[in-house]
Amino acid sequence: MRNEEGFGGRREGYGKPPQREARIGIADRDGVVGAIMLAPAVIYVIALVAVPFFLAIALSLSEATVGNPTIQQFVGLDNFISVVYDAAFMFALRNSIIITVATLVLLTILTILQVELLARDFPGKRLAQILLILPWAMPVALAAVGWLWLLDSEFSPIDWIIRAVGLLGPGTMLGPANNLFYLGREWLGIGAVVTINVWRTLPLSTIIVMAGRTAIPGELFEQAELDGAGYFRVLFQITLPALAILLIVAILFTVLVIFGDMTVVALTTRGGPGYTTEILPYWAYLKGIQGGALSQGAAIALFLFPVLLAVSILALRMAYRGQE
Amino acid sequence: MRTGQTLRTVGFYAALLLFCAFAIFPAAWMLITAFKRNADLYDPANNPFLFNLPPTLSHIGFLFTETNYPVFLWNSLFIGVIVVAITLVLAVPAAYSLARLMGHWGEHSSIAIFLVYLIPPTLLFIPLYEVVTLLDLANTVWSLILVYPTITVPFCTWLLLSFFRSIPREIEEAALTDGWSRVGVFFRVALPLAIPGITTCVVFAFALSLSDYIYAAVFVSSTGSRTVSAGVPTELIRGDIYYWQALMAATAIVGLPLAVVYGLLFDWLVKGFQVELPRSPRA
Repeated sequence: MRNEEGFGGRREGYGKPPQREARIGIADRDGVVGAIMLAPAVIYVIALVAVPFFLAIALSLSEATVGNPTIQQFVGLDNFISVVYDAAFMFALRNSIIITVATLVLLTILTILQVELLARDFPGKRLAQILLILPWAMPVALAAVGWLWLLDSEFSPIDWIIRAVGLLGPGTMLGPANNLFYLGREWLGIGAVVTINVWRTLPLSTIIVMAGRTAIPGELFEQAELDGAGYFRVLFQITLPALAILLIVAILFTVLVIFGDMTVVALTTRGGPGYTTEILPYWAYLKGIQGGALSQGAAIALFLFPVLLAVSILALRMAYRGQE
Repeated sequence: MRTGQTLRTVGFYAALLLFCAFAIFPAAWMLITAFKRNADLYDPANNPFLFNLPPTLSHIGFLFTETNYPVFLWNSLFIGVIVVAITLVLAVPAAYSLARLMGHWGEHSSIAIFLVYLIPPTLLFIPLYEVVTLLDLANTVWSLILVYPTITVPFCTWLLLSFFRSIPREIEEAALTDGWSRVGVFFRVALPLAIPGITTCVVFAFALSLSDYIYAAVFVSSTGSRTVSAGVPTELIRGDIYYWQALMAATAIVGLPLAVVYGLLFDWLVKGFQVELPRSPRA
């Protein structure tokens, strides 16, 4: 339905000769008004996104430090070469990819399920919406501190539950220690970060996909029900194809948020033990700000860009194709 | 037939319950912790979900009287409100201009805007740190007010661009032929119709400025200018000492009221995203 609308609108748009508007004279005036309305945002974005972006590239090619932040001497690709040979960098690159992909897979499945639940009307829906949006309402840094306590090496209530059912502790399956030390082990730490990421991004992706779900015409479902289609046939043949584009957008947002953010790791595992749960953004922060090597920090952060660009172009192309 | 229906209802509520439990488990744990006495909290033999000793308000008292939490709250609110205002002032006219006034070139620009949104804070915090130092704004709330719109303006412009585009052109053209100016049409016709999108922008811009950690941690090191996100972890985690009850109270006091507000706005937020996706424009 949305597609048909889109096609109709587009044909009409291209069919309208631009000269007609020009002859009326509105186009000229609109152009001036438009430029005035657009200018503040464009100037701001150029000054504080575009210029700093090129400054980041210049920094990564220089020898700047926190002590001497001016860009005086260019050293070519030296910074990129030296950061790549760091063991921590390889861990950071690996973990950034693993965490992002794992979060995406889990998030896609859970988003579809949650949207299907919220698409129905039921008593107490408002309360459910408040409970389900809660993880997004907590500022990420504070939520991460909450999880830090939830996954405490000694007092984790999760461990307490596992002990209570007899799976953890001396002489049990997961023992002999009394605790699992979630943040002190490589893969449990990565798993914890993925869980926290899924937990905090699920509300937003649900809202985005929900927007598409409510736009599916009800007649489609009624027709399917008359045809005697089962729940899963409806899900896979009507709902999911109609939601595909929205899912891609929700996923794209999530990649940007997860891949480019350091908050969860900075406040829970701190990249440890060793560098086993390090991620690129946090490593850039440790190296660039804490370690004082601004130029190397900038070089590490720049490794994020090609991945983000590739994922976005891919997702946007798929979204376009979905519309064609 | 009947049992099938019952089974489906039971399955539905079971699934809903599981999702709700996953969403609120950390928050529930925070709430319980906030009121616990030290002797109760640090005894591994105690059931962590119960008050084995009577609950206490002393940690919340500590949070408000012995720490800078009230200052952090005020800073976050101050920054959030100003960032929302700046975002709307920059993004709403820009989006309308691109959707209606700049011709096909403007309507095609949603991808370009999206590419700006794609540059994350982690890539910009080092050069922006230099900009902030250069402008002598380091350690002030103004450094954050200056940079947060780099996240919120592209996103809100993108969202509103699609929103304005979905408003039928005929309504505005009718108003124009009635003799209204373009500016008049923008304020009296387009803006009221875009309110769901604008509401979503307000919520989104506020939430983003509140939850940013990296800029707040890098640009501001003096306690008096910190936000909740950066201030609470630094102030209440001192070396190896974690003030757990106060930390959990600090989180719950911000998170729970916002959850209620966002939850009540849920349907509005969904409506705000009910826009055309980045794609070829419809005239």
